[in-house]
Amino acid sequence: MLLSHTDLRKGVKVEIDGQPFLIIDSDFVKPGKGQAFTRVRIRNYLNGNTIERTIKSNEKTQKADIEGKTCQYLYADGEYFHFMDGETYDQFQFTEEALGDTVKWLVENLNYDVLFWGGKPLSVDAPNHVELEITQCDPGVRGDTAQGATKPATLSTGAVVNVPLFVEEGDWIKVDTRSASYIERVKN
Amino acid sequence: MTDWRPTASPEALRLRARVFGAVRRFFEERGSLEVETPCIVASPGVDAWLDAPAVDLDGVRAFLATSPEYAMKRLLAAGSGPIHQIGPAFRAGEVGRLHEPQFTMVEWYEPGADDDGCMDTTEALVRTAAAVGDGHLTRGRVRCPVDVPFQRTTFRAVFQEHTGVDPLDPDLARLGRLLRAAGVRPPGDSGAEDVLDLVLGAVIQPELGHEAPVFVTDWPTDRAALARLRPGRDPDRAITAARFELYAAGVELCNGYHELSDAEEQRTRIENENRRRMEHGKEAYPVDERFLAALAHGLPDCAGNALGLDRLVMLVGGLPDVASSRAFPMQASP
Repeated sequence: MLLSHTDLRKGVKVEIDGQPFLIIDSDFVKPGKGQAFTRVRIRNYLNGNTIERTIKSNEKTQKADIEGKTCQYLYADGEYFHFMDGETYDQFQFTEEALGDTVKWLVENLNYDVLFWGGKPLSVDAPNHVELEITQCDPGVRGDTAQGATKPATLSTGAVVNVPLFVEEGDWIKVDTRSASYIERVKN
Repeated sequence: MTDWRPTASPEALRLRARVFGAVRRFFEERGSLEVETPCIVASPGVDAWLDAPAVDLDGVRAFLATSPEYAMKRLLAAGSGPIHQIGPAFRAGEVGRLHEPQFTMVEWYEPGADDDGCMDTTEALVRTAAAVGDGHLTRGRVRCPVDVPFQRTTFRAVFQEHTGVDPLDPDLARLGRLLRAAGVRPPGDSGAEDVLDLVLGAVIQPELGHEAPVFVTDWPTDRAALARLRPGRDPDRAITAARFELYAAGVELCNGYHELSDAEEQRTRIENENRRRMEHGKEAYPVDERFLAALAHGLPDCAGNALGLDRLVMLVGGLPDVASSRAFPMQASP
């Protein structure tokens, strides 16, 4: 689908030079008595880089065929991370590089928002909250009741978060994935 | 939830009403007649880069006027004397912080005046409007006072001053570097005209009218629109268009002309613009024969100006965009 310059607004997904971009900001400029232009700031979905582009008013821009789906994370095989489309049951895989930070929050059988570009998986967003097991942390010192004191804990995914002193190895905790911060200990 | 509320604050709407009142009184006190010409027209203004929204009127194709210019000139030819109009103008495809597809202009004509005389009027009008606020035209951190003499500089001089490049003999490589420094990447197939326009829009305009509002006069002949041509104010007295624009706080506020009154030259310009429209894949607009007949009958020697009132209210109120100056913009600013 082709977009005209008036469609190039914040939040619209476009394909430029064969790469998918999200429009972060746009403005219309019409100097003098001549041609009008739309100046856009766009972020590349593939590498996260933000660039500027100037597009003529009579130019058409390809809309990026990007859709989001809910998919289940299945397992890792040491090289790839395998997911399943919740509607079609189609399976697909990501490399660790393509997953970026999300790799720290992958829990088997949990649902994730996956973006597809032209039907191919593009990126994965973690839910805001996930529950993970602590695989390593130092024992809390009995009697240390200092308010707000914390210690680092390593989770089963390799992520490290700061937890209160009473939390122990083997505990399950709820984590906010946006800030990589401890929320609470959960029963398991 | 459907967002039904106005985009302008109650304060902005009160300011808008007061600015409009001041503009109306300004022209009344000068003996100008307020007129009203149709929004729906058979022949919109013919310009390669202005697109009129088309409307279906009982099965007949018509257009929303991009400006009331043709109709107001018919009134002038009929002996109206000085006239002004406050009303809507329409431009398809123009949406941004400073653009709305429907906006409000004050357009006026002064028989007997040339572009210098019309700039004097514009200066007085803008001072009157700014007095409704705090006497400044404000955009972001730029606060342009209006109690100082407005500057007047030619297109060629302002271009040279800000870029070191003569727009009549442009060093495109140097302009390309200036654009990249300003974070602008010109489209790959940009010609000289596109590069000049981008430099004007991205490099020069934002810097204009910081210490005092500035009129940019004497536009190149290929940007004459409906202005007459005559020896200009540049040192070489080369032929330029008797066209001026006013800039304050980096924002273009108006477009004025010592009006072209030669019917034959006007017809040639309309045909040229229609040809350029077709070259760019746009439809040619019907020629307004009644407008040309009025010019043939005789348009009094006059100057005219069209000033965007949404932008004026925006600057008087220090608002971030034109959408904040209108209750219901066609599209809220991105």
